[in-house]
Amino acid sequence: MRVTIRVAVNGEERVAEVEPRDLLVHTLRDELGLTGTHVGCDTSSCGACTVHLDGEAVKSCTVLSVQADGHEVTTIEGLAGENGELHRLQQGFWEKHGLQCGFCTPGMIMAAADLLERNPNPTEEEIRHGLEGNLCRCTGYHNIVKAVQHAAAVKAPEEVTA
Amino acid sequence: MSAVGSAIKRKEDPRMITGRGNYTDDMVLPGMLHAVFVRSDEAHAKITVDASEARRRPGILAVFTGEDLGDVAAPMPMAWVPPGIEVKTPERWPIARGEVNHVGDPVALVVGRSRGEVADGAGAVVVEYDPLPVVTDPEAALEDGSPLVHEALGTNRSHEWSLGGGDIDAGLAAADVVVERRIVNQRISGAPIEPRSAIADFRADELTLWSSTQVPHFVRLFMAIVLGTSEDKVRVVAPDVGGGFGAKLQFCAEEVAVSWASRKLGRPVKWTETRAEHMAACHHGRDQVAYVRMGATKDGKLTALHVKIIADFGAYFGMLTPTIPELGAFVMTGVYDIPAVKTDIIGAFTNKCMTDAIRGAGRPEATHLIEVCIDQLAAELEIDRLELRRRNFIAADSFPHEVAYGVIYDSGNYQGTLDRMLEHFDYGAFTEEQARLRERGIYRGVGFSTYTEICGLAPSRVTGPEGFGLQTGLWESAVVRVHPTGAVTVFTGTSGHGQGHDTVFAQIAADRLGVSPDVVEVVHGDTGTGPMGLGTYGSRSMAVGGESIAKAAERVAEKAKQIVAHQLEAAPEDIEVAEGTFRVRGTDKGMALAEISGIAHVRPELLPEGMEPALEEHAFYDPENFVFPFGAHACEVEVDVETGRVTVTKYLAVDDCGNPLNPMLIDGQVHGGITQGIGQALYEQIRYDDAGQLITGTLVDYALPTAAEVPSFVTDRTVTPSPVNSLGVKGIGEAGTIASSAAVVNAVIDALRPLGVSYIDMPCTPLRVWTAIQEAQR
Amino acid sequence: MIPASFDYVRPASLEEAIRALTDGGADARPLAGGHSLLPLMKLRFAAPSLLVDLQGLPGLSGIQRENGTLRVGALTRHAQLQDAGLGVISETAHKIADQQVRNRGTIGGSLAHGDSASDWPTVLLTYEGSVTVQGADGQRVIEAGDLFKEYLTTSVGQGEIVTEVHLPTLEGYGGAYEKFTRRAEDWAMVGVLAVVKESDGVVSDVRVGLTHMASTPLRARAVEEALKGQPLTAESIASAAEHADEGTNPAGDLNATTDYKRHLARVLTRRALTRAAGIEG
Repeated sequence: MRVTIRVAVNGEERVAEVEPRDLLVHTLRDELGLTGTHVGCDTSSCGACTVHLDGEAVKSCTVLSVQADGHEVTTIEGLAGENGELHRLQQGFWEKHGLQCGFCTPGMIMAAADLLERNPNPTEEEIRHGLEGNLCRCTGYHNIVKAVQHAAAVKAPEEVTA
Repeated sequence: MSAVGSAIKRKEDPRMITGRGNYTDDMVLPGMLHAVFVRSDEAHAKITVDASEARRRPGILAVFTGEDLGDVAAPMPMAWVPPGIEVKTPERWPIARGEVNHVGDPVALVVGRSRGEVADGAGAVVVEYDPLPVVTDPEAALEDGSPLVHEALGTNRSHEWSLGGGDIDAGLAAADVVVERRIVNQRISGAPIEPRSAIADFRADELTLWSSTQVPHFVRLFMAIVLGTSEDKVRVVAPDVGGGFGAKLQFCAEEVAVSWASRKLGRPVKWTETRAEHMAACHHGRDQVAYVRMGATKDGKLTALHVKIIADFGAYFGMLTPTIPELGAFVMTGVYDIPAVKTDIIGAFTNKCMTDAIRGAGRPEATHLIEVCIDQLAAELEIDRLELRRRNFIAADSFPHEVAYGVIYDSGNYQGTLDRMLEHFDYGAFTEEQARLRERGIYRGVGFSTYTEICGLAPSRVTGPEGFGLQTGLWESAVVRVHPTGAVTVFTGTSGHGQGHDTVFAQIAADRLGVSPDVVEVVHGDTGTGPMGLGTYGSRSMAVGGESIAKAAERVAEKAKQIVAHQLEAAPEDIEVAEGTFRVRGTDKGMALAEISGIAHVRPELLPEGMEPALEEHAFYDPENFVFPFGAHACEVEVDVETGRVTVTKYLAVDDCGNPLNPMLIDGQVHGGITQGIGQALYEQIRYDDAGQLITGTLVDYALPTAAEVPSFVTDRTVTPSPVNSLGVKGIGEAGTIASSAAVVNAVIDALRPLGVSYIDMPCTPLRVWTAIQEAQR
Repeated sequence: MIPASFDYVRPASLEEAIRALTDGGADARPLAGGHSLLPLMKLRFAAPSLLVDLQGLPGLSGIQRENGTLRVGALTRHAQLQDAGLGVISETAHKIADQQVRNRGTIGGSLAHGDSASDWPTVLLTYEGSVTVQGADGQRVIEAGDLFKEYLTTSVGQGEIVTEVHLPTLEGYGGAYEKFTRRAEDWAMVGVLAVVKESDGVVSDVRVGLTHMASTPLRARAVEEALKGQPLTAESIASAAEHADEGTNPAGDLNATTDYKRHLARVLTRRALTRAAGIEG
C-alpha cells in the first residue's frame, strides 16, 4: 500500500508518496532530503530525531509519516530565520560549546525550543528534566544547559516585538 | 595576539547547529543499495543458513553468507604480536562460517533496494542452530573442563602478559597492612549517539568507502589486505562522525562485508546499524576482574602493588582487543611512588561480543582499582584519604620520573592539582556537614581520585613490533598548504569526531603563519587527501597530531621568512611573525602571508636562488615519549539509603593537560569524560544471562545518563607543560573518564561506611546499593 | 527499526473507525498517539495488518469537569493532562517518560494497552474511574476494576475503541505519586499512587495504587484497611505502609529483584501517603 501525504515542512507544502510503515524521520531524511534530523536508537530513547509536529516536540522515529499527513512539521533546517539568522538556541549552542560531535544537536535544540516555549525562564533543574528525552554522549550536558540558559536570556523575537 | 590558548568558538558548529552536518547515513549515491545483517540469536552454535526464500522476496538483490565470502584474502586482523609471547588468536571472518560464537555474530548479509525491503528480507532468512555449550564468565572459562569458545584453540586462555618492577614479595612482606580486593570493572558500551554506518562504492576496481570511523587510514590498509587489493585502490572517507569513544576505533567486519558486496554487485551499498546491532555487535569495553594486593607501612608508605587481571575478551579479537588491559599496566603505579609494582594479565574467551578500546581503554580500569584501593587502605590505616595520597605522591621535583616498571612519566605536579581542587572544595566543612546530616538519616559522601594516565599514543619505538608489539608505528602526519591568496589548508592524519579539531588545529597553524584561524581550513578523515596518518584515539590528536601540524607550519614559516628576507633584503633570522605579518624585527617593514604566497605561487622568479615554488610543507612526527596528564577530582553524592539510589550532587575536576590550546574545548572534553565515568559508576552495564543472551540490548535497558542524572561541573586547571612536544601539550579526551569512576564509587562508600558498607563494585545501581546495605546490616 | 508492512486508514467518524476495525479482523488495531504500539512494531514484536488512525475522530480530545467527574477524551495527550492543573493527575502525567512522549502519547491509548509498568492504569484503578468503549454493538462502560486482565491485556474487545475516561475529581483529597525509576525518563521500577481524605481527624477514605507490582496495576488494600479510621500521622502511615506488598506478585527483572520491589513498594507507599497527607516526612 502506498499513500500520498501532504505535509507543511518548514513552512513549505511538501508532497510525498509513502508506505504506511514509513516513519516520519525516514520520510524527512530519505524523501525530503532533510538529513539534519537523525536516528540514534530503535526505542524512542535518544531523541536525536526530535522535530516539531504542529509546534510541539515529538520523536519522529515514533510517528508514522501518514500520521503527519495534513500537519505542520518543523525540523532543524527550518529553525533559523528567513534570512538565515540563527535561532537563539542555535546561537546559544554555538556560544556555549553546547555540541561536540553534533549528532544529538538538532534533536536537542528542537527539544529545548519546546522547553522554552512552555517555560521561558527555566531553572537549571527544569532544563535538565526538560531534556531528559535526549541523550548526548559528548558534552556531559553541562554546556547544553548553559546554551539553553544563554538562549533563555535572549528574548524570543516575538516577545521583543510584542 | 596568539590564537593558541584562546577559547575560540568552533568552526564546525555553524553547519551542525543548522542541520547541515554530513554524517555517513545522510549520503545517498546514485543506484545505491541497502544492506542489513542477519545476526545470531544464539551464543554458541553450529549454523546452517537457508536464504532461498529471502532471495526470492521483492526488492532483494542478494543474500550473502560466510561461505559466499570465501574469497576474501585474509581473516579479520589483530594488530598485536608481542615479542616472546604467544597470543592465541581465533580466526574471524566478516560473516560467520558454520559456527557462531556470540549473540549478534553476523550470519548473513541481505542487500536490496530499500531499507524496508532488506529488513523484511532479513526476516525471511532461515538459520538453523545446533547449539554448543556456552560460557559467559571469564573465570569459569579459564577453569579446566569449561566449554571451549573455539574448539580449535584447545583453550579459552588467550595469553598471559606481565609488566613489573621492584620486588613485590619483599614489598608485601615489608607492609604492615595489605589490602586485598577483588574488583570487577564491568562490561560497558561506547554507545556514540550516531550508530556505525558505511557506504561502499566499488567501481572500476577501486573502492571508495565512507565510514563512521575514527581510523580511516587503518581501515584502508586492512581493507586492502583483506580484500586482496592494494592501498592505491582503496579510499576511505570519514565524513562527520557522530562520536566514537573507541567504538569506532575498529576495522569492522561490516565494512568488509559491504565493500565485498559492492564489488560483487557493482553497485554502491549502504549499511547503517540499528541501536540493537550496536549493543550486540559493536565491540564492548572493560570487563575485567582484578585481584589487587596493595601494601603499606603503618605510617602510610606504599610498599608494593600487585594486580592480577582476568580480562574477558568475548569471542573474538578486534584490532586491539588483547592489548587493552596492558595499557592499564603502564600506569598501574598511578600518581604514587611505589617501589614494587607488578601487573599480571590473563586473557579469556567467552561467548560474548568482543571487547576492545572504549574511552580510556585499560587506564580507567587501572585508575579505578588504584584509587579505590587507596581509599580502602586509608580506612584500614585510619589515615585521612588525602593525607595518604600526599604521603605517596611522586614528588613534583622528580620529573621526568621513572616508575618501578620502567615507564618514564614526562611531567607532573600532583600536589598542585590536589591543592587547587581543595581551593574549590572545603573538605573540613563537608565532613562536619556530613556528620550533622547523618544524624537526620541523610547520607552524603565524598570521593576523591588523584590520577595520571598515559596518552599521546605513541612513541613507535616503545609501542612498535620490537617494543610492545603493535604491528604499526603510531606517528602522525600533517601538510600545511598556503594557497596563492594566503588562505591555508591543513591536512592531518588524525580523524576528529567531535573534539573540535577544525578549530584547534587552525589555531595552531594560524599562530605560526601570522593569520587568523578563520582562514585556515582543516581537512581530516580522508585517505584520498593528505598523507597517511594514524587516526584519533588514545588522546593523541593534540600531542601527536597537533605537534605534526606545528612542525609543518613552522617549516612553511621558515620558507616564508626566507622569501620575505629576500624581498626586503634582510637576514632570514631577523624576520619574525608578529601582528599578522612576517616583519623585519624592530621595523615596520614586513609582508603578509598572502603577499608571500602570491610571490611563491605567481612570481616564483622572485624567489631566492634555487628555492622551489609554492608554499607547502609536510611533517611526520613520532614522539620520544608518551604524555601523562593528571589531576584531582572530587565527587559528592547523596545516597537514599532506603532505596539505594545514588545522586551525584557535586563534581569538581582539576586537570592538568599541559599548555591549554583552547580552554573551552578542554572543558568540554572533561565534562563529557566525567559523565561517561559517572555512567559506568552508577548506570551502565552490558549484561548477558548464563545462556549468553544479551539482556541490555537497547537504550531502554542500557542506561546512559541523561541531563537529569548529572549536575553541572566545576572545572579548573593547572598548567605543567609536557617536555615531550614543542606545544607542551598533553591529551585530555579520556582523562575525565579515567578519573571519575573511582571518585564516584569512593563517595558512595564514604556515604555508606556508617552502615557497615566498606566496598562496592560498579555500577552502583539502586538494587546493588540497597543489597549491600542489607548485607552489611545482617 | 522498520515495522512490518500494514494497511492504514484514517476514518472521519467513530462509526467508520469501528467498521474498519471490525472488517479488518483480528490483526487490525486502533492507533491513537502510537507511543505504546509503534515501539513494539518497530522491534517487530507486534505486526498488525491494519492500523485505524483515530486522529480524525471528532470530540475525543479534551478535559471536562462535570458533577464531580473529570471526563477526559481518550485522545487527550499526556501533556494536556500535565498542564491542566489537576493535582496528582498532572503530577503523574509529568512523570511519564519525557516531554516528546508526553506531547504525543494519549491516556486512552495507554489504558487500552494495559502495561502494568505504565502510570495511567494505576491512576484509573486508584481513582476507581472507568472508561467508555464503543463497538459495533454500541457503547459500554468498563469500570477500572474490570479493565486490566493480564499483562498487556484489557477487557477492551477487538473492534472496540476507548472513547472517554472518567475520573472522579476526589474533592478534598490529598494525593501524591511516587515513581521510582532508574533514570528520569524510564518506566517505573515501582510506582505508588496515594490519595487520602481526612474527616474529623481520622482517615475517611484512602486509596493506594501500585504500578509494576504484578501483571496488572494493583490496589494496596491492606494498607488502605490499616489506615481507614485512623488519625493520619507519620506513625500510622509508617505502620500501614508495611502492608504495601501484601497480595502483590512482582516479577524480578534487570533492575530489581522481587524482594527489592516489595521493599520499594513499602517505602514508596509511606512516602506517597506522607506527601499526600501533607505532613513532614
